[in-house]
Amino acid sequence: MASLQPLTALGRREPVTVTHGPLTIAERTDVALASVAARKGRMADLAAAARAAGVPLPAPAAHQSGTPYSAFWIAPEMWFVEAPFASHELIAEMLKSALGEAASITEQTDAWVAFDLAAPDLAPLLERLCNVDFPVVPAGYATRTVMEHLGVYLIKHGAGAVRLYGPRSSAQSLLHALETAARSVF
Amino acid sequence: MIIPHPILGPRDAQEFVYLGDASLIDRPDGMTAGIEEFHDYLYQRTNPAGEHQELWYHEQGDRSWLVVTRNTVTHEILKVELARDVARARGRTK
Repeated sequence: MASLQPLTALGRREPVTVTHGPLTIAERTDVALASVAARKGRMADLAAAARAAGVPLPAPAAHQSGTPYSAFWIAPEMWFVEAPFASHELIAEMLKSALGEAASITEQTDAWVAFDLAAPDLAPLLERLCNVDFPVVPAGYATRTVMEHLGVYLIKHGAGAVRLYGPRSSAQSLLHALETAARSVF
Repeated sequence: MIIPHPILGPRDAQEFVYLGDASLIDRPDGMTAGIEEFHDYLYQRTNPAGEHQELWYHEQGDRSWLVVTRNTVTHEILKVELARDVARARGRTK
Protein backbone atom coordinates (compact mmCIF):
# COMPACT_ATOMS: atom_id res chain seq x y z
CA MET A 1 0.00 0.00 0.00
CA ALA A 2 1.50 3.28 -1.08
CA SER A 3 1.83 5.96 1.54
CA LEU A 4 0.36 9.06 -0.04
CA GLN A 5 0.76 12.62 1.16
CA PRO A 6 -2.31 14.80 0.85
CA LEU A 7 -1.65 18.08 -0.98
CA THR A 8 -3.59 21.31 -0.67
CA ALA A 9 -5.25 22.97 -3.66
CA LEU A 10 -2.09 25.09 -4.01
CA GLY A 11 0.03 21.95 -4.19
CA ARG A 12 1.55 22.21 -0.73
CA ARG A 13 1.51 20.22 2.47
CA GLU A 14 0.02 22.98 4.60
CA PRO A 15 -2.63 25.63 3.85
CA VAL A 16 -1.36 29.07 2.88
CA THR A 17 -2.08 32.29 4.73
CA VAL A 18 -1.08 35.63 3.21
CA THR A 19 -1.54 39.13 4.56
CA HIS A 20 -1.69 42.49 2.78
CA GLY A 21 -1.94 45.32 5.28
CA PRO A 22 -5.18 44.73 7.17
CA LEU A 23 -6.28 41.89 4.86
CA THR A 24 -5.72 38.24 5.65
CA ILE A 25 -6.34 35.55 3.03
CA ALA A 26 -6.39 32.15 4.69
CA GLU A 27 -6.71 28.95 2.72
CA ARG A 28 -8.95 26.46 4.49
CA THR A 29 -8.31 22.76 4.19
CA ASP A 30 -10.32 21.76 7.25
CA VAL A 31 -13.74 21.95 5.59
CA ALA A 32 -15.57 18.99 4.10
CA LEU A 33 -18.08 19.82 1.40
CA ALA A 34 -20.93 18.00 -0.33
CA SER A 35 -23.82 19.02 -2.53
CA VAL A 36 -27.35 17.97 -1.64
CA ALA A 37 -30.12 18.13 -4.24
CA ALA A 38 -33.71 17.12 -3.68
CA ARG A 39 -34.83 14.38 -6.03
CA LYS A 40 -37.82 15.14 -8.20
CA GLY A 41 -40.92 15.57 -6.07
CA ARG A 42 -39.07 14.63 -2.86
CA MET A 43 -38.48 18.10 -1.38
CA ALA A 44 -40.84 17.50 1.57
CA ASP A 45 -39.09 14.21 2.41
CA LEU A 46 -35.70 15.87 2.19
CA ALA A 47 -36.79 18.76 4.41
CA ALA A 48 -38.02 16.33 7.07
CA ALA A 49 -34.89 14.16 6.92
CA ALA A 50 -32.62 17.22 7.03
CA ARG A 51 -34.45 18.60 10.04
CA ALA A 52 -34.04 15.29 11.86
CA ALA A 53 -30.35 15.09 10.93
CA GLY A 54 -29.59 18.70 11.87
CA VAL A 55 -28.69 19.72 8.31
CA PRO A 56 -29.84 23.29 7.66
CA LEU A 57 -31.44 23.98 4.26
CA PRO A 58 -31.45 27.79 4.11
CA ALA A 59 -33.54 30.01 1.84
CA PRO A 60 -32.26 31.16 -1.57
CA ALA A 61 -29.06 33.25 -1.53
CA ALA A 62 -28.49 32.42 2.15
CA HIS A 63 -25.97 30.61 4.35
CA GLN A 64 -26.95 29.02 7.66
CA SER A 65 -24.36 28.05 10.23
CA GLY A 66 -24.73 25.05 12.47
CA THR A 67 -22.84 22.34 14.31
CA PRO A 68 -21.58 20.22 12.77
CA TYR A 69 -23.38 21.01 9.51
CA SER A 70 -23.59 24.44 7.88
CA ALA A 71 -25.12 24.93 4.45
CA PHE A 72 -25.70 27.46 1.71
CA TRP A 73 -28.21 27.57 -1.12
CA ILE A 74 -26.81 27.19 -4.64
CA ALA A 75 -29.81 26.41 -6.85
CA PRO A 76 -33.53 25.67 -6.49
CA GLU A 77 -33.81 22.66 -4.15
CA MET A 78 -30.02 22.31 -4.02
CA TRP A 79 -27.46 23.18 -1.35
CA PHE A 80 -23.79 22.88 -0.47
CA VAL A 81 -23.25 21.43 3.01
CA GLU A 82 -20.10 22.20 5.01
CA ALA A 83 -18.74 20.30 8.00
CA PRO A 84 -15.40 20.00 9.84
CA PHE A 85 -13.04 17.84 7.80
CA ALA A 86 -11.55 16.12 10.85
CA SER A 87 -14.87 14.60 11.90
CA HIS A 88 -16.66 14.52 8.52
CA GLU A 89 -14.07 13.54 5.92
CA LEU A 90 -16.66 11.11 4.52
CA ILE A 91 -19.33 13.81 4.43
CA ALA A 92 -21.06 12.46 1.32
CA GLU A 93 -21.55 9.01 2.81
CA MET A 94 -22.62 10.49 6.15
CA LEU A 95 -25.23 12.67 4.46
CA LYS A 96 -26.40 9.78 2.30
CA SER A 97 -27.14 7.68 5.34
CA ALA A 98 -28.74 10.66 7.12
CA LEU A 99 -30.91 11.89 4.25
CA GLY A 100 -31.75 8.61 2.53
CA GLU A 101 -33.34 8.35 -0.89
CA ALA A 102 -34.87 11.83 -0.91
CA ALA A 103 -31.66 13.53 -2.04
CA SER A 104 -28.84 13.11 -4.52
CA ILE A 105 -25.54 13.82 -2.79
CA THR A 106 -22.16 14.47 -4.36
CA GLU A 107 -18.78 14.73 -2.70
CA GLN A 108 -17.36 18.23 -3.33
CA THR A 109 -14.48 18.58 -0.86
CA ASP A 110 -11.65 18.26 -3.34
CA ALA A 111 -13.35 20.13 -6.18
CA TRP A 112 -12.89 23.52 -4.52
CA VAL A 113 -10.37 25.73 -2.86
CA ALA A 114 -11.63 27.65 0.16
CA PHE A 115 -10.28 31.05 1.14
CA ASP A 116 -11.34 33.01 4.21
CA LEU A 117 -10.94 36.75 3.75
CA ALA A 118 -10.67 38.92 6.84
CA ALA A 119 -10.25 42.70 7.06
CA PRO A 120 -12.07 45.53 8.85
CA ASP A 121 -13.99 46.25 5.61
CA LEU A 122 -13.89 43.98 2.59
CA ALA A 123 -16.12 46.14 0.37
CA PRO A 124 -13.29 48.03 -1.43
CA LEU A 125 -11.63 44.72 -2.26
CA LEU A 126 -14.72 42.86 -3.42
CA GLU A 127 -16.08 45.70 -5.54
CA ARG A 128 -12.90 45.38 -7.63
CA LEU A 129 -13.33 41.65 -8.00
CA CYS A 130 -17.02 40.88 -8.53
CA ASN A 131 -20.42 42.43 -9.09
CA VAL A 132 -21.90 41.53 -5.69
CA ASP A 133 -23.23 44.66 -3.97
CA PHE A 134 -21.29 43.71 -0.87
CA PRO A 135 -22.15 46.60 1.51
CA VAL A 136 -25.87 46.16 0.78
CA VAL A 137 -26.31 42.40 1.10
CA PRO A 138 -26.85 41.11 4.66
CA ALA A 139 -24.54 38.90 6.67
CA GLY A 140 -25.39 35.31 5.85
CA TYR A 141 -25.67 36.11 2.13
CA ALA A 142 -24.37 33.44 -0.21
CA THR A 143 -24.16 33.63 -3.97
CA ARG A 144 -22.31 32.43 -6.97
CA THR A 145 -20.42 35.17 -8.78
CA VAL A 146 -17.46 35.71 -11.09
CA MET A 147 -13.97 36.81 -10.07
CA GLU A 148 -11.27 37.08 -12.71
CA HIS A 149 -13.32 34.86 -15.08
CA LEU A 150 -13.66 32.19 -12.38
CA GLY A 151 -17.02 31.12 -11.05
CA VAL A 152 -16.84 31.29 -7.26
CA TYR A 153 -19.21 30.98 -4.33
CA LEU A 154 -19.09 33.97 -2.01
CA ILE A 155 -20.46 33.75 1.54
CA LYS A 156 -20.69 36.93 3.58
CA HIS A 157 -20.31 36.21 7.27
CA GLY A 158 -19.92 39.90 8.10
CA ALA A 159 -18.63 43.20 6.71
CA GLY A 160 -15.09 41.96 7.34
CA ALA A 161 -15.47 38.20 6.98
CA VAL A 162 -16.01 36.32 3.73
CA ARG A 163 -15.56 32.72 2.66
CA LEU A 164 -14.82 32.05 -1.00
CA TYR A 165 -15.05 28.72 -2.77
CA GLY A 166 -13.28 28.73 -6.11
CA PRO A 167 -12.47 25.98 -8.59
CA ARG A 168 -9.63 23.94 -7.11
CA SER A 169 -7.71 23.62 -10.37
CA SER A 170 -7.58 27.44 -10.57
CA ALA A 171 -6.66 27.98 -6.92
CA GLN A 172 -3.41 29.77 -7.71
CA SER A 173 -5.11 32.05 -10.25
CA LEU A 174 -7.83 32.98 -7.78
CA LEU A 175 -5.28 33.72 -5.07
CA HIS A 176 -3.30 35.81 -7.56
CA ALA A 177 -6.45 37.80 -8.41
CA LEU A 178 -7.19 38.37 -4.72
CA GLU A 179 -3.62 39.49 -4.01
CA THR A 180 -3.51 41.77 -7.05
CA ALA A 181 -6.76 43.47 -6.04
CA ALA A 182 -5.56 43.66 -2.44
CA ARG A 183 -2.39 45.49 -3.49
CA SER A 184 -4.44 48.19 -5.18
CA VAL A 185 -6.70 48.60 -2.16
CA PHE A 186 -4.60 48.22 0.96
CA MET B 1 -29.02 45.07 -18.84
CA ILE B 2 -30.50 43.80 -15.60
CA ILE B 3 -32.61 40.64 -15.54
CA PRO B 4 -35.02 40.36 -12.59
CA HIS B 5 -34.48 36.75 -11.55
CA PRO B 6 -37.67 35.25 -10.06
CA ILE B 7 -35.75 33.84 -7.08
CA LEU B 8 -32.64 35.99 -6.71
CA GLY B 9 -33.92 39.42 -7.71
CA PRO B 10 -32.16 41.79 -10.13
CA ARG B 11 -28.97 40.29 -11.59
CA ASP B 12 -26.57 41.60 -14.21
CA ALA B 13 -27.10 40.16 -17.71
CA GLN B 14 -23.33 39.41 -17.69
CA GLU B 15 -24.10 36.43 -15.44
CA PHE B 16 -26.44 34.89 -18.02
CA VAL B 17 -26.03 33.01 -21.27
CA TYR B 18 -28.59 33.47 -24.02
CA LEU B 19 -29.91 30.38 -25.78
CA GLY B 20 -32.69 31.59 -28.04
CA ASP B 21 -36.40 31.41 -28.72
CA ALA B 22 -38.35 29.78 -25.89
CA SER B 23 -40.20 27.70 -28.47
CA LEU B 24 -37.28 25.27 -27.98
CA ILE B 25 -39.27 24.02 -24.98
CA ASP B 26 -41.90 22.61 -27.36
CA ARG B 27 -39.83 19.85 -28.90
CA PRO B 28 -41.89 17.46 -31.04
CA ASP B 29 -42.07 13.81 -30.05
CA GLY B 30 -39.17 12.15 -31.84
CA MET B 31 -41.03 8.86 -32.22
CA THR B 32 -44.19 10.23 -33.85
CA ALA B 33 -43.45 13.64 -35.39
CA GLY B 34 -42.46 13.79 -39.05
CA ILE B 35 -39.24 15.19 -40.45
CA GLU B 36 -40.98 18.41 -41.53
CA GLU B 37 -42.09 19.11 -37.98
CA PHE B 38 -38.60 18.50 -36.66
CA HIS B 39 -37.10 20.67 -39.40
CA ASP B 40 -39.37 23.53 -38.38
CA TYR B 41 -38.56 23.02 -34.71
CA LEU B 42 -34.84 23.17 -35.41
CA TYR B 43 -34.60 25.89 -38.04
CA GLN B 44 -37.73 28.01 -38.25
CA ARG B 45 -37.87 31.03 -35.97
CA THR B 46 -40.09 34.04 -36.00
CA ASN B 47 -38.23 37.31 -35.63
CA PRO B 48 -40.77 39.60 -34.04
CA ALA B 49 -40.33 43.33 -33.54
CA GLY B 50 -41.94 43.44 -30.14
CA GLU B 51 -42.70 40.89 -27.46
CA HIS B 52 -40.47 37.82 -27.58
CA GLN B 53 -40.02 34.85 -25.24
CA GLU B 54 -36.40 33.78 -24.84
CA LEU B 55 -34.45 31.17 -22.91
CA TRP B 56 -31.67 32.48 -20.70
CA TYR B 57 -29.35 30.40 -18.51
CA HIS B 58 -28.06 31.80 -15.22
CA GLU B 59 -24.64 30.26 -15.70
CA GLN B 60 -22.74 32.37 -13.16
CA GLY B 61 -25.57 32.17 -10.66
CA ASP B 62 -27.94 29.44 -9.63
CA ARG B 63 -27.77 27.56 -12.96
CA SER B 64 -31.48 27.93 -13.57
CA TRP B 65 -33.04 28.20 -17.01
CA LEU B 66 -35.33 31.19 -17.34
CA VAL B 67 -38.00 32.20 -19.83
CA VAL B 68 -37.56 35.95 -20.29
CA THR B 69 -40.35 37.84 -22.05
CA ARG B 70 -38.65 40.83 -23.62
CA ASN B 71 -39.63 43.56 -26.04
CA THR B 72 -37.07 43.36 -28.84
CA VAL B 73 -37.75 46.99 -29.84
CA THR B 74 -37.46 48.70 -26.47
CA HIS B 75 -35.45 45.97 -24.66
CA GLU B 76 -37.93 46.25 -21.82
CA ILE B 77 -38.17 43.01 -19.83
CA LEU B 78 -41.83 42.25 -19.21
CA LYS B 79 -41.74 38.95 -17.37
CA VAL B 80 -39.19 36.41 -16.10
CA GLU B 81 -40.19 32.87 -15.13
CA LEU B 82 -38.35 29.67 -14.30
CA ALA B 83 -38.28 27.58 -17.48
CA ARG B 84 -39.16 24.57 -15.37
CA ASP B 85 -42.46 26.16 -14.36
CA VAL B 86 -43.22 27.21 -17.94
CA ALA B 87 -42.49 23.72 -19.27
CA ARG B 88 -44.67 22.09 -16.64
CA ALA B 89 -47.49 24.54 -17.37
CA ARG B 90 -47.25 23.42 -21.01
CA GLY B 91 -47.71 19.82 -19.96
CA ARG B 92 -44.08 18.65 -19.91
CA THR B 93 -43.12 16.22 -17.16
CA LYS B 94 -39.57 17.46 -16.57
